Parts: sequence; C-alpha cells; structure tokens
Amino acid sequence: MTKVIVDGKEIDVPPEYTLLQACEAAGAEIPRFCFHERLSIAGNCRMCLIEVAGMPKPQASCALGVKDLPPNKDGSPKVLNTKTPMVRKAREGVMEFLLINHPLDCPICDQGGECDLQDQAMAYGVDGSRFQENKRAVEDKYIGVLVKTIMTRCIHCTRCIRFTTEVAGVSELGAIGRGEDMEITTYLEKAMTSELQGNVVDLCPVGALTSKPYAFAARPWELGKTQSVDVMDAVGSAIRIDTRGREVMRILPRTNDDVNEEWISDKTRHVVDGLRTQRLDQPYIRENGRLVPATWSQAFAAIAAAVKKSNGKRIGAIAGDLAAVEEMYALKQLMVSLGSPNIDARQDGAAVDPKNGRASYLFNATIAGIEKADALLIVGANPRREAAVLNARIRKRWRAGKFPIALIGEQADLTYPYDYIGAGPESLALFVKSKHSDAFNEAARPMMIVGSGVLSHPDGTAVTALAAKVASEFGFMSEDWNGFCVLHTAASRVGALDIGFVPQKDGMTALQMARPGAVDVLFLLGADEIDIQPSAFVVYIGTHGDRGAHRADVILPGAAYPEKSGLYVNTEGRVQMANRAAFPPGDAREDWAILRALSDVLGHRLPFDSLAQLRQGLFKEFPHLMQLDQIAPGKTAHVEKLAEAQGQYDKTPLRSPIEDFYLTNPVARASAIMAECSALHSGAARTAAE
Amino acid sequence: MSVRRLAPPEQQPKDFAFSRANLEWAQAQVKKYPEGRQQSAVIPLLWRAQEQAGGWLPEAAIRHVADFLGLAHIRALEVATFYTMFNLEPVGKFHVQLCGTTPCRLRGADDLEKLCKKKIGEQGHVTEDGKFSWVEVECLGACVNAPMVQINADYYEDLTKESFNQILDALAAGKKPKPGPQVKRQLSAPAGGPTTLVADVPAAKKSSATSSKSKPKSN
Repeated sequence: MTKVIVDGKEIDVPPEYTLLQACEAAGAEIPRFCFHERLSIAGNCRMCLIEVAGMPKPQASCALGVKDLPPNKDGSPKVLNTKTPMVRKAREGVMEFLLINHPLDCPICDQGGECDLQDQAMAYGVDGSRFQENKRAVEDKYIGVLVKTIMTRCIHCTRCIRFTTEVAGVSELGAIGRGEDMEITTYLEKAMTSELQGNVVDLCPVGALTSKPYAFAARPWELGKTQSVDVMDAVGSAIRIDTRGREVMRILPRTNDDVNEEWISDKTRHVVDGLRTQRLDQPYIRENGRLVPATWSQAFAAIAAAVKKSNGKRIGAIAGDLAAVEEMYALKQLMVSLGSPNIDARQDGAAVDPKNGRASYLFNATIAGIEKADALLIVGANPRREAAVLNARIRKRWRAGKFPIALIGEQADLTYPYDYIGAGPESLALFVKSKHSDAFNEAARPMMIVGSGVLSHPDGTAVTALAAKVASEFGFMSEDWNGFCVLHTAASRVGALDIGFVPQKDGMTALQMARPGAVDVLFLLGADEIDIQPSAFVVYIGTHGDRGAHRADVILPGAAYPEKSGLYVNTEGRVQMANRAAFPPGDAREDWAILRALSDVLGHRLPFDSLAQLRQGLFKEFPHLMQLDQIAPGKTAHVEKLAEAQGQYDKTPLRSPIEDFYLTNPVARASAIMAECSALHSGAARTAAE
Repeated sequence: MSVRRLAPPEQQPKDFAFSRANLEWAQAQVKKYPEGRQQSAVIPLLWRAQEQAGGWLPEAAIRHVADFLGLAHIRALEVATFYTMFNLEPVGKFHVQLCGTTPCRLRGADDLEKLCKKKIGEQGHVTEDGKFSWVEVECLGACVNAPMVQINADYYEDLTKESFNQILDALAAGKKPKPGPQVKRQLSAPAGGPTTLVADVPAAKKSSATSSKSKPKSN
C-alpha cells in the first residue's frame, strides 16, 4: 500500500491504483469523458486533470499510476489536489476546447438530460464563447439499425471503439482521419455485427451515438424507472425499465458485477417494441375454427366444460420460457389438484431433472467465477448466441491471458479463439485422451460449459451423463471449485426445475404431451416453442399472438415480464425479483391471478388470494427462493450422481438450439426491431441508409 | 488539412493483390516482427501497395493489406487515413508535392503554385493525359533550398517559375530532368561557392584550428 494525501486527507491505496482511483477512494469526484472502469485507458479527453505537488503541469489522473509518481525527496507521501484554482482553470480550459466544436443542439438531442458533457459543463463550463470561427461539421455515419449517429456531437473519447474491440470482440468501429478531422465510423459504413452493440449508446458521454429505435421518443426526466431483471436469456441481467404512463419506453442495463457487469445484449435492450405489438388484450374462444373475442367468464366456462369431459391423467400443462416462478407454482398446484401428473417446462426436451440435485442443472462456477477459471471446455453451446453477456465475460477472462479454451459442438465465431475438438458427443470421450486435455490437466480450476446442445441432444441423458463423468473424473470439480456449468437458454428453466415443474410420477414430458391424442386438455403457460399436434383442447395463457395462441382453443391474456412482479432463477441458480413497471394491456391480467380465478371455476380453488399469500406458500415449500440475489449452491455429489446414468448415444452433432439470436421468444418475434436485426444479420435484407 | 476520403467507387479498382515480387518482399517485412506483432508491418506494406497501385491506395489495397496481416479492415483504414502521404485518390504519373510552408512561401512558392494551377489545374486534379497532379504539402525539410517541390521520389530545389516550368515540360516530354538544386550550387552548400573557411590558414595556427575544430566532435 502507498500513502497519498488527497485534498489534505491521507489515505492508503494499492500502488497499482491510478491517481483517479486514489482520488475517488479519498472521496474526491473527478470528471471524465474517455475513462471508463471496464475499458482500457485512453487518456485523451484530459478532463480528469489534477494537480500533483512537485509536478509543474496538471496531470491526467486516469492515465498516471500511483506507483509511477516520482517520490518526494524526504519520503513524505505525495500530495494530490483536486480542488485548487489551478485544477479548476485547467479543467475549464479543457471544457472550453471540447465545446468549441460541440453543437449547441441540446434541445433536440436525445442525450439531453442524461449527458455527461451537459452535466460537466454545468460545473466547468464558462458562460460565454470566445470562439469566432466556424464550427466543425461531420457527416453522420450508418453503423447499423440500433445505433443512430450524429457525429458532429462526437468529442473523440473513443469509448465506443474500445468497447467494441475489447468487450464485444468485434473490431468494427474505428477512428479515421486525425486531429480535428477524426471521425468515428465502421469500415465503409457497414452495420456492426455485435449483439452487444447497443451498449455503445450508454457509453457515449455525449449524444453522438444514440438509440435509433428510441430516437425522439421521450425525455429522461419524464420516465418512471423500475429496477428489474431480464428474461430474454437465462443470464438474468439486471435491467432498468423506463416507462412513461403505461408504456415501456426503453430498457437500460443496471450494474450487477455478479451477473452482467454493466452490459446487456441488444435483444434485452431493444425488444421493447415487441411489448406493444401482437399483444393479447382479451380472452378468445375458438368457434368453428376461428378465434372469437370472449369475456373472462365465457372463456373460463369453455375451459371448465373441456376439463369436465376429461380426467386428471388426460390433462397436461407446459410452462414456457418466460414464465415466472409464481405462476408455474400456481399452475403446478392446479394440476396437482386436478389429479394430473403431466407438467413440464422443458419444451426442448432437455435432459435436466431436479431429481439429481440442484448442482446437476446449475451454472455452478457462477458467472463471476468465469474470471477465476483457468481453462474452459465448451460442450454443445454457443455462448455468444445463447447468453451474449456471459460470452463477454468469457472473452474478458480470455483477454486476461493464460486461458485455454476448447470447443465441442458447432463451430462459430465466439469472439475469442478456441481449439476445436469435434462436433459430436464422441469427441467428449476423445477429449480425455487428446493433446488438448494437457492444459486442462494442469489447470487448478477448469470449467466445463454444458449447453443446450447437450441437454436437448436426442440421447440427451446419456450425453449429459458423459459430460458429468468427464467433469468428475477429469478434475473439473474439487473441494472448493465446481466447474460443471450448465448453460440454459430459458429464463424460466432453473426456476421450474427448482419447484419441480417436471413430470410427476407416470407423467408425460412436454414432447410426449405434444403428440397427437396424448392429452385431452393442455394448458400452455406462454409455451410457444413447441408444436402441439391436433386433437388436444389447448388453453393458452400468454402475452403474444405467437405459435401457442394460433394453436389455442381458448386464449387467456396474461402479463409480459415488465408487467408483473415475479421471481426468476437464472442459470447460476441466483434468485432474482422482476418488478412491475407497467400494466398489462386491456383485459389482460397477471398470470397467477388468472390461474387463481380459473381454479375457482374448475372447483379446485387454489389456497391463496394474493401474490403475497402465494409467495408465502412457495417460500415455505422452497425456502431458498426467499433469498433474493443469492445462490443456494449445489453439491458436487449431484453432478456425480448425474454421471451414473447409463445409455447409448449416437454421433448426432451437438447443435445449439438457437438458430437466430434475435428471434428466440414471443416478445422478440413480435418486435419489428428484432426482425430488422435478424434480417440484417442473416444478410437477407439490405437496410443501409444510403 | 481537410477531411480525407476514399476515392469514389467508380474510380476504385475491383481488386488488388501484391505482385509476386512485392508479396515476397512483404512476407520478409512481416518476418521482422515477433510472433503476434505482424500488424506492425502495416505502414511499409501500405506504402508498397501504394507504389504498386500507381501512387495511390485503392480501397481494395487497404483491404488486401489488412487481410494479409490479419487486421480488421477498419484498423488498416485508420492508418491509411491518418497519414497524409497515403494518397487515397488517384494521382498523375508525376505527382508534384509543392512545399507551401513559410520559408518556401517567402522564397517564391506562390509563383510555383500559380504555375501548377495553370499547367496542371486545381489541387488533387489529374491532368487528362494522366501525367500530372499536384498537392500542397507542409514542410518537406529542404528549407535551405527553398522553394522546392517533390515529384514522385525526387526533390527539385531552388526553383524559379522558369526552371520549374522546364522541369514539368521535360517530364511531360518523357525526359529525366536532374533532381536537386536547379541553380549552380552543390546540394545545400552556399550558392555560388563557399563563403566561410575560404582564406588560407597560417601554418602555425593550423594545428590549433584543427584541434579546436575537432573538439566539439569528441564531445
């Protein structure tokens, strides 16, 4: 530790700290534009100037290390000043230069109200301009469908370049020209291909890069802000939902170092317009092959009639990928009271089962634990498509060095290099003997990501068992490390497994229920990723007119994820609460309330009248769900138990189930922005704004 | 300096590849750098590509060099647009770089500029026969011989309107005018012969003179 005196206050800081960090540790506020905690240091905005006693000029505090300061002759601690007139004058000078070429268009700028330059100009700006010459004007660039550019506003901080190169792993943005003529662009204005590109909008300290879909939509001060979690993938990124009135205007990331740091994927961010289109806002009943609007009581009566004709064994329920724990719990209770063992949340037929214990289906090493791992084997997953933010974490670890990565499954550009071992499950057996395994032998904390490609393989159970076997025999698990990491793709999956939303004794799986004539009445709780064969009477409780609604005989309109309070358990097993930011449209209701009302009509009244009562029952049965933001860890024995399963497997290649990153769930499929991204990504449409 | 752009698409050749000789040369250049640092060769390679493409860098050449070095295309474009000696638009067979910085201006660069405008046209414009183009540049470091121009790789110094005109005419006629000072002068030595150290030095003082002269050198 090194002693420094900041504004007269002596503190101890680690020598590798920069002066900026040291000053912040002492409680001083340092203005900055180019510096960002999670990006490399550029040191080009000069806003963070401070005074170092003994140095004649002000120093850029972000780019100077405490250990690089020349020591005082008498060995006394270095004195840093952040509030002296000299510092103030220096920063005012920098600000004046920045403002020379910055347009005065704050009233029409989308960044207005949440602009770093605006805020800091309040502190360091001078009241008038001494600049008589013409301002610089820069042509706007096309860099994709999500990011709008007004390049005249750019102050050349290069945060966007550093983000795309370092975090997103695509070297697409760059600065051409130099000096005053420097311009940020992609090569020949091609669209960016990163699935994290939306984050450059948050990083941009001015209004040069703004959100294209959100352009001129709202002002930050008129938005209601609700903290919530994302359900687009199983990572459970922390988000902030901004609403105006009853409409969700935008979604922004929140900082959560354990999960998403401060990034979110484009799907998470820009799915917003999908919440407005294709919505189910009233019940429907199918009459003569056509869906006809109905009242709630008519819809319930139709369901009650269908249920009466059947018996418990011929009734089933499938929960979808976006379902919260509460509504699955309510649905499970309803099915139990109807005498049905047929419940399942695994629409893809994934070979995960809570009977083996929690560690058999969790991302045991945790997402933050990726940074502690020292070797990585990816089996049957494409983390870039399945969990884009988690992939950024893997890349972050890879950039830190000494991180061998091997891949079994589909070859893809993951933004970091890897050794490709093979496509099928037999490669997993070969891996143990291959030369690649040497690096893993030496590793103290090797990690294995088991993706949906393994779980939903035709011989999923056998292949998963093989993966678990390799993990337990190959040192992926030790006393203080469990490197067996299951990467789910559905936000509801771990929650469903936690509460046992899987076939009960002699029950049918989702795929079995979908077969023709398997069940008489089938409840779909937002299940849109499965093809239900004819003959069953389908009750669809959901939000969007997607596949499930088209097949339905009765539609009960539910609430989408920003419109309800609900628990979600992410792939690590972290229990997180999504909060209600808006209200469901029209007659739509929260799903648990629909199930509660329906149970009354069916004559099996569920034992709760409010969400709080429901949660009470839920927590009593599954106490670990009570611990918000915590992980109840599994035991390595669970994974070993998983390995015991016997079975043959064929050589079908392990494929990631996600074909199109942008269209994985009903909300995303209803979004025009996501459709545009998807088309652009697949090269089907030419949308360059020339 | 103004914003530098790539040449319009209709001027761009479809593709570019290093000639065999240049490819071998480029591979040798890359070998100079340690493993994983191959992209350090980007400037020499772009320069060679510019030479091969006739004095300017087509977009295809920038892409080719980037691919050759395993760089993202934008990284090579950043370099090509940063350095003004990479010409992004076509130039004439003889590309005149006219020094327009203060010493040359004081010594008559204005006249040379007028001549350029008269004989070649506006800056950055290539004559119809494809032979000439000109551009004003910052100091080329030959202030002693001001005013001067650089034509392709050669410096033509101590120019007057007349001598510059002759040089341009000679080049147009396919002749090779002599580079260097266009007045009677040895390189940058004083015009009209030496002006110092011309008198005979007395024999007695000679040794001390040489020793005092050699002193600074030994320092």
